[in-house]
Amino acid sequence: MSRDVGLQQLVGVDGGLIRFGADQPLTLESGAQLKGLEIAYRTYGKLNPTRSNAVLVCHALTLDQHVASVNPLTGKPGWWSQVVGPGRPLDPDKHFIICSNVVGGCMGTTGPSSIDPDTGRAYGLSFPMITIADMVRAQVMLIDALGIETLFTVVGGSMGGMQVLQWAADYPERIYSAICIAAAPRHSAQNIAFHEVGRQAIMADPNWQGGDYAKSEVRPEKGLAVARMAAHITYLSEPALQRKFGRELQGDGLSWGFDADFQVESYLRHQGASFVDRFDANSYLYITRAVDYFDLAAAKGGTLAEAFTAARDVRFCVLSFTSDWLYPTVESRSIVRALNAAGARASFVEIATDKGHDAFFLDEPVMHDALRGFLDAAGLARGIA
Amino acid sequence: MTGASESFREIVSLVRPGARVLDIGCGEGALLELLTGERRVDGRGLEISPLGVQACLSRGLAVVQGDADRDLADFPTRAFDYAILSSTLQQVREPKTVLAELLRIAERAIVSLPNFGHWRVRLSLLARGRMPVTASLAEPWWSTDNIHLCTLKDFTLLCEELDIRIERAAALADGRPARRIDPASALENWRAEQAIYLLSRSGSS
Repeated sequence: MSRDVGLQQLVGVDGGLIRFGADQPLTLESGAQLKGLEIAYRTYGKLNPTRSNAVLVCHALTLDQHVASVNPLTGKPGWWSQVVGPGRPLDPDKHFIICSNVVGGCMGTTGPSSIDPDTGRAYGLSFPMITIADMVRAQVMLIDALGIETLFTVVGGSMGGMQVLQWAADYPERIYSAICIAAAPRHSAQNIAFHEVGRQAIMADPNWQGGDYAKSEVRPEKGLAVARMAAHITYLSEPALQRKFGRELQGDGLSWGFDADFQVESYLRHQGASFVDRFDANSYLYITRAVDYFDLAAAKGGTLAEAFTAARDVRFCVLSFTSDWLYPTVESRSIVRALNAAGARASFVEIATDKGHDAFFLDEPVMHDALRGFLDAAGLARGIA
Repeated sequence: MTGASESFREIVSLVRPGARVLDIGCGEGALLELLTGERRVDGRGLEISPLGVQACLSRGLAVVQGDADRDLADFPTRAFDYAILSSTLQQVREPKTVLAELLRIAERAIVSLPNFGHWRVRLSLLARGRMPVTASLAEPWWSTDNIHLCTLKDFTLLCEELDIRIERAAALADGRPARRIDPASALENWRAEQAIYLLSRSGSS
């Protein structure tokens, strides 16, 4: 179902699809414009009369707007049900929680698999390059349409954390607090390298056809699955893989061939196979590129602290995980250092876990307690406890 | 720790209302909360234990998990009016560096420490020939975090060496309220169980 913009009654429904008219294009960082932008989003809870309890959850690379409710495509529970829900740190009884699919995505928001209004066919590689800042600009258009001036908090992990930092840099006056989990102020060489492996796997799949696979109704599933398998390893940790699988075999013995002998192989193959059912290969190319291009300091004159000079009144909470080697603690510390240098109110906790990068959406009681403590105190100060 | 409340009282009395304060080794945030309530300070904390930081978060305090020996470098120069190091200097690996860092980050430093020159400590060593275990040095030698203990005299000499001016000094003993003292007094070096110093750079206003 789609609605036109500007309808205040959008607040109160559980989300849906919002379409912006041709007079409201999204101007991208590259200079290109996206006309007829559609944003798919979900909301939980109600906006209070003073409009002070809105929370924006920014999702990671391949996640979606279904934060705390069943994903209609996969039938699986919301990806952050541990944190968002009744009695959880983000509680629909207190907060009005919004999550939208990022621009460039494939869960309803305009992306490379959407139809280009100028040609009547899927964009494919003619879709403009997008950045983290563009994702945030689209979110601003959404909260404007929802009639929200200031967010009580903007929160996200991984690529979602990058969006949080971008919010703090570009729209500090529109956020009361910010929570950045397992993220970095820029993508490292190693991380760009892993993304490139994934993209090359997709582009090496003959079904990819230069990104124009929509017209022949095939999909580069093999390439996308390999991309996911490689990426998935980076979301875990060596000890977690060892603990979960060790050298355990699938069957009674070795196959003396190239079947999935080891449980870890079978697990990765399953991760790859189930991923292609819910994700679009071109979206994967565009979104990984957006993350590669992310370098907040470079965009703000070379000094990260410069990015936060206008965010002095924002309450920040930065969290990292000891076993995260994709966005290690040193990255979060560089964020905290910059926030300190800018004179912002920063809190930082490093959470001990062996679950790696993905710990941010797993059962991590210490993280949940930290989030609860931070949000409750901020809520009290904001008058929405 | 005995006398913590008296020690906090004295620290609060040294801080100007509305000041920017960094509490290093802030624990669960009790002192920061007191300073926020009584002096309306703009407070920040640095704490090594994740549980301590978490407790601070629940109190609405802005606290960063980190180590005084390693992470003070992350704070910009003159970002604070006061840097507070309460009963922690004797636990850091590089007390000289940490002291210098305090007075880089802040205009003034407030440092409290246990006095190894206190008469009970001297008596314990002299009479029993054993490492003292007293109210302000509560742990036996093999489990204590105190690796750089000093006397009031030692500390005064270190400040001289580092060109640090002692603006005020107060002594605590037996849980009684803090007393202003002459930091160079040989008698106080016997009497004070703990001392609290207000420090600044020599030559600064």
